[in-house]
Amino acid sequence: MSEHTFDLLVIGGGPGGYVAAIRAAQLGMKTALVEKAQLGGVCLNWGCIPTKALLRSADVLRMVRGAAQFGVKAQPPEADLPAMVARSRAVAAQLNKGVTGLLKKNGVQVFTGHARLQGGGTVAVTGEGGATQVLRAAHIVLATGARARQLPQLPADGQSVWTYREALTPPACPKRLLIVGAGAIGIEFASFYRAVGAEVTVVEMAPRVLPLEDEEISAQVAASLQKDGIQVHTQVALEQATRVGGAWQLTLRPQGGGSALQAQANVVLVAAGIVGNVEDLGLDKTRVQVEKTHIVTDAQCRTAEPGVYAIGDVAGPPWLAHKASHEGVLCVEHIAGLHPHALDPRRVPACTYSHPQVASVGWTEAQARAAGRAVKVGKFPFSANGKAIAMGETKGFAKVVFDAASGELLGAHMVGEEVTEMIQGFAIAQSLETTEAELMATIVPHPTVSESMHEAVLAAYGRALHI
Amino acid sequence: MATLLRMPEVAANATHATLAAWSKKEGEPIAVGDCLAEVETDKAIVEISADGAGVMGQWLVPAGQEVEVGAPIAVLLAAGEVAADVQALLQAAGAVATAPAAEAAPAVSSTPAAAAASASGDRLRASPLARRLAAQRGVDLSRLQGSGPGGRIVRIDVERAQAVAPAPAPVAAPPAAAPAGSGASAFTEVPHSSMRRTIARRLAESKSTIPHFYLTVECRMERLLALRAEINAAASRKISVNDFIVRAVAVALREVPQANVGWTDTAMRQYAQADVAVAVSTDTGLITPIVRAADRKTLSQISAEIADLAARARAGQLRPEEYQGGSFSVSNLGMHGVGAFSAIINPPQAAILAVGASQQKPVVENGELQVGTVMACTLSVDHRAIDGALAAQWLAAFQRAIEAPLSMLI
Repeated sequence: MSEHTFDLLVIGGGPGGYVAAIRAAQLGMKTALVEKAQLGGVCLNWGCIPTKALLRSADVLRMVRGAAQFGVKAQPPEADLPAMVARSRAVAAQLNKGVTGLLKKNGVQVFTGHARLQGGGTVAVTGEGGATQVLRAAHIVLATGARARQLPQLPADGQSVWTYREALTPPACPKRLLIVGAGAIGIEFASFYRAVGAEVTVVEMAPRVLPLEDEEISAQVAASLQKDGIQVHTQVALEQATRVGGAWQLTLRPQGGGSALQAQANVVLVAAGIVGNVEDLGLDKTRVQVEKTHIVTDAQCRTAEPGVYAIGDVAGPPWLAHKASHEGVLCVEHIAGLHPHALDPRRVPACTYSHPQVASVGWTEAQARAAGRAVKVGKFPFSANGKAIAMGETKGFAKVVFDAASGELLGAHMVGEEVTEMIQGFAIAQSLETTEAELMATIVPHPTVSESMHEAVLAAYGRALHI
Repeated sequence: MATLLRMPEVAANATHATLAAWSKKEGEPIAVGDCLAEVETDKAIVEISADGAGVMGQWLVPAGQEVEVGAPIAVLLAAGEVAADVQALLQAAGAVATAPAAEAAPAVSSTPAAAAASASGDRLRASPLARRLAAQRGVDLSRLQGSGPGGRIVRIDVERAQAVAPAPAPVAAPPAAAPAGSGASAFTEVPHSSMRRTIARRLAESKSTIPHFYLTVECRMERLLALRAEINAAASRKISVNDFIVRAVAVALREVPQANVGWTDTAMRQYAQADVAVAVSTDTGLITPIVRAADRKTLSQISAEIADLAARARAGQLRPEEYQGGSFSVSNLGMHGVGAFSAIINPPQAAILAVGASQQKPVVENGELQVGTVMACTLSVDHRAIDGALAAQWLAAFQRAIEAPLSMLI
């Protein structure tokens, strides 16, 4: 047994953990990181990045299919699913190497194995061969992430019941795919598999798709999905699942009452939330509190055990890579005696890379009103935007919600082409605490889809110019 | 030549002052000594008067705005100069060239801190939202410590400041009549003046941080009132009871100098002379002009001085040195018929005397019940600086002076 002592030890090498480790190293701490699988975590290997690669393939497919409307003659394209998956894996592999290089460059010592807290600032790391190393650190950051929630009646088997992992590396395109859950993951896979030719059904317990987004956004997304031929059932519960002749026969019970619906699927993709990776970490040897599979932390990411912190998915929602990275930075900066602001959930943008894309930051209109704010709301449709018309992408709109009294930008919501690249403009505005006055006074380049953001702000104050 | 008019340091150590009103319009000629503008500090309204003749060229800040001391507030022109000279000067001054504050900013972008850029270049760093919230809620940004990057003041800092010092309500909307039968009481809200805010802050700080204790004594007033009647019968200027009290306070401070002290965090401050602050009520609040070295002044000098200070205090024309400092305060509500009360110490002073009315009361003298004229005086004392026995010693000296008033004339 060898022993190493560090200022800070991170358990988990995802976007929370590796960013925390790099920041700690920047601040002069002797830093180690333990990862039992792949650096970059789910995000880079099994989440954000590989799905974006697949969705890019779907975009290309969609664009070539619609080439004629742009005056381009092309043969009807054919989806080559194995090639798409191969490209997606190559992209993930490339970035995985990048993280390894970044940690090395910053002098972070990486240990491969399963980490377990031993109490008193000690962590035992068991490698693949069973050999155990004991590491000591004044500060331990838990960044173990989360995994897909399993449905008791549909345990994932990798064959006919998938989680996102299997959905990223399909052996073939299922003829009929039923997706349980209309959150970001479910909707993205629905977009992809529909584009490559599957018959797709999405079922959701909540009253609408993307239930965390603004209601008007959800409505637009549902309409677009249905137009693309995706069946959407909201407010239904999965009541029964039986295997009939090599396929799944599913009974869906409407939550509002009424008769049950039947659906058939070759493959069921379970995208009904996630659970935190809190098992077998040695938490029982500490005072760390766990509630509903997530570690309880305070605004500085501290757990109930002195010297032990938790960030990212394992510390609770929103389950987003950039939230994890931000928490990693602020947790480490607190440890270093700096005074970063606590994470403000209203400033965490959220993006869904479906077709159409969805991006938002801050409160929905309903949330702002529920918080008792008098609001000013502005909207601008992409159908009135020159660049969007030129690109042939006129479906979508931008919506902003201001506090009527102070002009604070409470929320911004967009649906349409490339909105995931645009939302950071509103995120910056929130971070700089601009009011509507600065946003109105900003010169926005023409022609861009971003002009819609400016127009939505103007519209909130009755000053829109192009509508 | 065009010159910049800057916000003067109208009060000692003041960092900001409010430009209460412009007295000269743009384009109006100015003679030496003319009042150009009125500036409101924590305590008073002060006039800025012209050093030379010329013309008011351009206002750089609107009336009602708080301005950092030293910041340019207007451009003054020599006779015959034109608007172009204003522009030339503003461009030369650089920092203020882009602040045409004379033109009312559009309501939606009213950031009152536009003039926060001071001549020294020491910019107030605050987010637009923080600036607007501060303006709406009456929070003074210059007093806040920013928690954002580089000490930038952000929304949460304004909200925290408000939570700590519950605050002036948002600037009231035009008072709307409460809907009939709604059950809600109608009210209007008037934003606090900086004077009111200062009073509130200082009194709250005093009462909550100074360990006050109180001693009350009843002074027999017959001899003082008789002496006063005798003096006033002959004198052109009437001496008030309050004048006697101020004189008696000064005499007692001279006799018991250990009570003429102030408490600071690091040291006991021993005052060299009896500078007696006299609380004067004005339309906008309380102010305490000071009779300097009252222990070395005659009763008639004290009387004349108080009359002058009080008149100018009510007109808002006191100079800062006339109300700042002081070693001991007197607050007299006797003329309003108040029998007895206790007052709040004005730090760093260590004591204040609350004076009630001279009233006829049954008194027992040599075992006999009589009618006497009695004045109740309550001394509020900072126990950190003055102990009980010493305070009692001072109060006895004060009582002796009041009850043997001829001694005060010596």
